[in-house]
Amino acid sequence: MEPILNVKNLTMNFGGLKALDTVNIAVEKGQIAALIGPNGAGKTTFFNCITGIYEVSEGRMEITPPGKSTQELKGLKTNVVTERGLARTFQNIRLFEGMTVLENVMIGRHCRLKSGIFSAMLRPSSQKDEEKKAVNDSYKILEKIGLEQYVNEMAVNLPYGAQRRLEIARALATDPFLLLLDEPAAGMNPQETKELDDLIIWLRDNENLSILLIEHDMKLVMSLSDNIHVVDYGKKIAEGTPEEVKSNPDVIKAYLGDESEDA
Amino acid sequence: MVTKKEIKLSFFIGLWFMVLTFPIMVIKVNTITNTVIFRWPNLLWVGIVCFFASLIWNYLLRMKEEKKKADTKDDIPIVHRLLQNEKFKIPFLAALAIFFLLYPFVFSMYHTSILISALIYVMLGLGLNIVVGLAGLLDLGYVAFYAVGAYTYALLNLHFGISFWVVLPISAVFGAIAGTLLGYPVLRLRGDYLAIVTLGFGEIIRIVLENWDDFSNGPRGIGNIPAPSFFGHQFGQHDSVIYIYFIVIGLVLMTIFFVNRLENSRIGRAWIALRDDEIACQAMGIDKFKTKLTAFTLGATWAALGGVVFAAKTSFINPMSFTIWESITILCVVVIGGMGSAIGVIAGALVLILLPEYLRAVAEYRMLVFGALQVIVMVFKPEGLIRSVRKIYKFKKVKE
Ligand SMILES: Nc1ncnc2c1ncn2[C@@H]1O[C@H](COP(=O)(O)OP(=O)(O)OP(=O)(O)O)[C@@H](O)[C@H]1O
Ligand SMILES: [Mg+2]
Repeated sequence: MEPILNVKNLTMNFGGLKALDTVNIAVEKGQIAALIGPNGAGKTTFFNCITGIYEVSEGRMEITPPGKSTQELKGLKTNVVTERGLARTFQNIRLFEGMTVLENVMIGRHCRLKSGIFSAMLRPSSQKDEEKKAVNDSYKILEKIGLEQYVNEMAVNLPYGAQRRLEIARALATDPFLLLLDEPAAGMNPQETKELDDLIIWLRDNENLSILLIEHDMKLVMSLSDNIHVVDYGKKIAEGTPEEVKSNPDVIKAYLGDESEDA
Repeated sequence: MVTKKEIKLSFFIGLWFMVLTFPIMVIKVNTITNTVIFRWPNLLWVGIVCFFASLIWNYLLRMKEEKKKADTKDDIPIVHRLLQNEKFKIPFLAALAIFFLLYPFVFSMYHTSILISALIYVMLGLGLNIVVGLAGLLDLGYVAFYAVGAYTYALLNLHFGISFWVVLPISAVFGAIAGTLLGYPVLRLRGDYLAIVTLGFGEIIRIVLENWDDFSNGPRGIGNIPAPSFFGHQFGQHDSVIYIYFIVIGLVLMTIFFVNRLENSRIGRAWIALRDDEIACQAMGIDKFKTKLTAFTLGATWAALGGVVFAAKTSFINPMSFTIWESITILCVVVIGGMGSAIGVIAGALVLILLPEYLRAVAEYRMLVFGALQVIVMVFKPEGLIRSVRKIYKFKKVKE
């Protein structure tokens, strides 16, 4: 079967800097895959490339949504990529501060709704039904993620861990088949991290989702992942199961630093 | 109450201002006798006034900080609390309705006419609020679309004798077209660049109107623009003002009605999301360009409607009515009233337009007062006079 995300020879140049250098990453359906690497390795850049925020220099990025044919992502606008079924969260939380928690999630529903400017002003029954459904669907997502007690709070007033979860809720609202999580556990305490671990597994098992996550918390990565990709200085240096990656000498070198370099 | 540090600071600020304003407040050259007069008492006044102003300023700043620490969550503005409370909502709205219904019959034509101007600004403010307050697009050439509306009525009436009521929808369409035509190229620009380009566009429209004599009659403007008729009946001067007053009230109500619906719709939420974070907004599947364009176009539509009413009310327009100051006044209404807050913008328009009218002393220094107000609002109430409050949704608890 085709992988649902298949990135081949992806290269991203920033002026002289090769933030990504011929990277190959494939994610299978139903997998929890992790993308790890030291700071500045190019992990976030990888997300920005496949979601169309950066215009890639070279390479191919193909998706095969369940039950659909293979499509190329290169050249698509960010919002179109989301419509095709890739949803992401951000390393530095980017919630909509002027909106409530529920409205943040409803923004995620935006691309699955239709009503335009005239139906907003005239409110025919089709618009009313759609709006009601959007509100209820969004609330259900909040319940799943466990944020329903905050429903009418302003998003900025939430505790840190809840803000990270809200980003996931918002991404879920776009009906993705692949969820891209950029350091979802960053800044969370052990209790929150544990809950996040459960949530991610629950999402894969119950929401029919595949997940690609970037994470520095090795304990979380090792316990969650089916497959791990390691990048360093823009190059992919290893791939495999947690056990394989843990014992890979290149990976150990990348994380602990090259002794000959330090000297 | 006042700390030693603040007194010391204020003392030096007073001293500093005495030095700073010395050339203009103290020295006066009598150009006829060619002598220099030193007005020393002024120096003392500057020092004293600045000292106390600084004391008060610092005290208020400290109070604000302490209040912020006391309760992290801002309390909801009183108007919103009135409207949320079912018991007060009806009487509150009824009182407002009665006031505005009786106004033209109780007060003179002069007062009614001033209120009409203020209400036109309410319309313009609510329109610009969509662009600036909700979608976060800094448009400094908003007056251009106001001019489009006014000239649409004046010219269509002059050449084809088309009446107010027919022009109203036509001008809305023209405004929308103008908004789309301008928005299409410029909305690719960001923040400051967008502001500068729209500023330029506003001036271009005015300069064209001033110089294209054959089309717009140049700086002489267009006169004898008829007031609206009532099913063919033309009112006398006095009744006509009252009639326009009610037309404006109707249009303002319509604006509030639509804006309120838009704010809590799919499109309205997309505008706010775009304002808060462009990248996250696109990553949530919102087409940035299309969303910006709808906001810009809709704002332009409302400006054009305002322009038609303005032309009908003054019965004479020329390019001088559509200068950059007009754009800035409308922007002040939105910013001081409360970005993104319809109630705030209404309050802002009434305060900013009525205040200079009734305080004639202030009128001369209108822009100075606006500037000072702007600074004060930004420092003490950065969200505006009445900040926006998002809709509360109620849910039945499904699970325990
Ligand atoms: N827009 C940009 N312009 C120029 N250089 C960039 C840009 N974005 C990222 N880079 C560079 O690309 C490299 C990879 O950055 P990236 O943010 O992808 O790292 P990361 O793996 O996500 O690191 P971290 O774990 O710290 O989040 C860095 O050297 C960074 O400075
Ligand atoms: Mg990163």
